[in-house]
Amino acid sequence: MATLQDTTDQILELAAAHFKVPRAQLSPDDDFFKKLGINSLQALDLLTRLEQHFHIELPDYELQGVSDFRTLAERIQSRL
Amino acid sequence: MKTFRGEALSWHIVDATIELVLDRAPCNEIGSVALTELEQFIAALGALERDAHALIISSARKEGFCAGADLRELYHRSLQLPSAARLEGVRDFLERIHRVMNAIDEAPLVTIAAVHGVTFGGGFELALTCDLIVADKMARFCFPELRLGLIPGFGGIPRLKRDLGNALVRDLLFTGRSINATKAQAAGLVSQVVAEGDALRAARATAAQIGKFDRETTKAAKRFIKPVPYQELRQEIDIFCELFTRPAVDAGLRKFVESTDALPYLP
Repeated sequence: MATLQDTTDQILELAAAHFKVPRAQLSPDDDFFKKLGINSLQALDLLTRLEQHFHIELPDYELQGVSDFRTLAERIQSRL
Repeated sequence: MKTFRGEALSWHIVDATIELVLDRAPCNEIGSVALTELEQFIAALGALERDAHALIISSARKEGFCAGADLRELYHRSLQLPSAARLEGVRDFLERIHRVMNAIDEAPLVTIAAVHGVTFGGGFELALTCDLIVADKMARFCFPELRLGLIPGFGGIPRLKRDLGNALVRDLLFTGRSINATKAQAAGLVSQVVAEGDALRAARATAAQIGKFDRETTKAAKRFIKPVPYQELRQEIDIFCELFTRPAVDAGLRKFVESTDALPYLP
């Protein structure tokens, strides 16, 4: 099973590729709304891509209050 | 009218299929303009049906199929009216949108919703009137109405119950969460999931296949397998109006309209 570090890395790779941000500019503690410059519709888009990538279902309410990649990775990790 | 282009939508016939295209910024919210044009579409549908065997409803907005009722319009109109007039206005709107939704639901041709992106609230309810839902893999479905102190008002619960097990219906309503196209297909709500940007093409291919069959047989099959839940739809309007007068609705609408949250559709 993937470790939390693996999951975090995969999220950062996916976010960098989709939102066209250099991977080197992203770190686990970044606020992904600010760093990726995304709005609520793009956040939904990211949620869908994460669900597809990790083959999980992640209810939106699990993401309320979550804004950094590390906590996002923890939420995903709990459903792997 | 065989073709129409309005402020919120357009329609035309191509390859014996009526294509109704929603196109109003930001994401096809259904307010007074969209409702009036949907009513025009329903008025034209009888004539259009003579030249078509299928109807495809899609969106030209990149954000998605439809984000539901125009809550900003509802909120700002409500502010200007005393409570009795507000309720009367809401009931009138619901009666009108139900006539539109029922007409699409019972139309004697095969109806296909080609959806992508945000398919929320009234947008989800519009898709549920259709015989088939073809979804882009990035589509998301949601009934966020309970966050406003309301239930879905455009026929959502009776039509969702018609298609899905009650457990998932309760989950979607009580949590207001959104589900992706893959989950919706696994639940039996969506008939096809296709690549990003491919829903309309797949819907057209489906309509072409449907056109190969005898139209009268297809109409008879539709009448048999897809009853319109009229009684529950009437109950829905009554429950919605009963809830609408509560202070929680004002607070919910105000919170939504004034929200700067990243995920404002959640409670």
